[in-house]
Amino acid sequence: MGDLDKRALEAAIRVKETAVGEVITLSVGDEKTKTTILEALAMGANSACVVNDETLGRLDACATSIVLAAAIRKIGCYDLVLLGELSMDTLSAQVGPRLSELLDLPQMTYARELKLEDGKVTAVRDLEDVDEVVEAPLPSLVSVIREINEPRIPSLMNIMKAKKKPIIEWRAIDLGLRPEEVKAASSIEVLDVVAPEVKRKRIVIKAETAEQASAKLVEAFTSEGVLEGQ
Amino acid sequence: MGGVLVFSEDRELARQLLGKAVELLGRLGGRVSALTIGIGEEDLIKHGANVVYIANSPSGYAVEPYRTILLEVVKRESPDLILVGGTKRGKELAPRVAAALGAGYASDCLELGVDDAGRLLAKRLAYGGSSIASETWKGRPAVATAPARAFQKLEPSDRKGEVVKLDIVLPESKLRLVESRPKRVSDAGLENASIIVSAGRGFKKRDDLRLLEELADVLGAKMGCTRPISADLGWMDQWVGISGKKVSPRLYVACGVSGTIQHAAGIRGSQLIVSINSDEAAGIHELSDYSVIGDIYTVLPALTKLLRERKRS
Repeated sequence: MGDLDKRALEAAIRVKETAVGEVITLSVGDEKTKTTILEALAMGANSACVVNDETLGRLDACATSIVLAAAIRKIGCYDLVLLGELSMDTLSAQVGPRLSELLDLPQMTYARELKLEDGKVTAVRDLEDVDEVVEAPLPSLVSVIREINEPRIPSLMNIMKAKKKPIIEWRAIDLGLRPEEVKAASSIEVLDVVAPEVKRKRIVIKAETAEQASAKLVEAFTSEGVLEGQ
Repeated sequence: MGGVLVFSEDRELARQLLGKAVELLGRLGGRVSALTIGIGEEDLIKHGANVVYIANSPSGYAVEPYRTILLEVVKRESPDLILVGGTKRGKELAPRVAAALGAGYASDCLELGVDDAGRLLAKRLAYGGSSIASETWKGRPAVATAPARAFQKLEPSDRKGEVVKLDIVLPESKLRLVESRPKRVSDAGLENASIIVSAGRGFKKRDDLRLLEELADVLGAKMGCTRPISADLGWMDQWVGISGKKVSPRLYVACGVSGTIQHAAGIRGSQLIVSINSDEAAGIHELSDYSVIGDIYTVLPALTKLLRERKRS
């Protein structure tokens, strides 16, 4: 499970602990996803739903969001859709906003704090220059950032119990989706992935004393013109 | 109609995106359109927009009304590319618009271009910042965001452009803004700082950060740090890196920083990177223009002293 996914799950479990309700995890995956699902159930999720359909192949964020939206509609009754702000693999932070659009849900991104009360959700959103406190009716979508919480580590007993919790598996057809249409919705093609080129001077300053090293550094600062205006 | 549609609520970023849009137009055809909320149409035309749509959003920024406005302009312009400023607000708006259009979205594009086959190409960071991915869109429109300073604005000139006032009824936002709290200045300024001095695990205890403070003081620099210093030890509020702040100062001085790929991804935009680290094998040296192989506990005080003397004379 990704770090932010784990924090989103922790946030969900904390909401459950203060209100009545249950936590369902949802993922699009394959057999390998099973380990992640068990980890989520051990942390405190009540049940898991997984879309496991090898005919779908690899999906991009656009197609994945369509599958997730269909699965959320299938689950039907929910107050909150919680997810991490971004995955560290693709760094693209798009599934949350896409789901908000597809499901017509209030969109609360960058959540650093979260509260569910009186049929409303309140979140503190961490933006560049301000923290925004926003409020929305249920159901809503909230995507969380790292600062939201510290996820719990499941106890051995809960790890054992997790194996008995229900896991529901769906194929695309169960969600009313045709695999070829889902595949056709993939809209980004990754052409290649390379290590970034580093164009740095890589001049090493070795000196007898700290004073000598500093003198050389100040010389470099001056010749590079980075101390302008000082 | 085709072309490129540009939007950013950050005026300077909008100018930079327009610079890129004008460049792409040579290969894509069509025209450069821009959207502004409230004011600033003249400025956008001076920086390359052929047509500017003006809308009013009475309740200030909220993703839902902005989405509706942007989709209206998309309907009128049928752009090949919708290019949105990669602020946090832009990055929650663009994928939402992409979903409404069933379009592909590439975030934080560092480069955008058109290849010989006429495909629109994007280069962006992936895998925690350790790699650069080249991506293309399978259909149109393409949706993208780009961070500040990825592209250069054009010199403003007296260009002619059309101005269209949008008169559309906006849906009420389901999100209610309860309060907006401005951030502390010390936290807010890192992305725009022109000099940053940064602390890594080479600092043994919190009190030792005064060595960094003194250097920051004489350089007029902002202070940053690596993720362990902030997230694990709590010595500072914000860290620099892929999961923290991405910075692009004129000068970045990494002190006792090992140079993980995550940190590297956050400082890539720096003009000059200088590192001070006693470990000759530390990864940070490969990312640096100048590396001092030396102990921060002796080099930082010596450097501070020298810079003070230089300032006085």
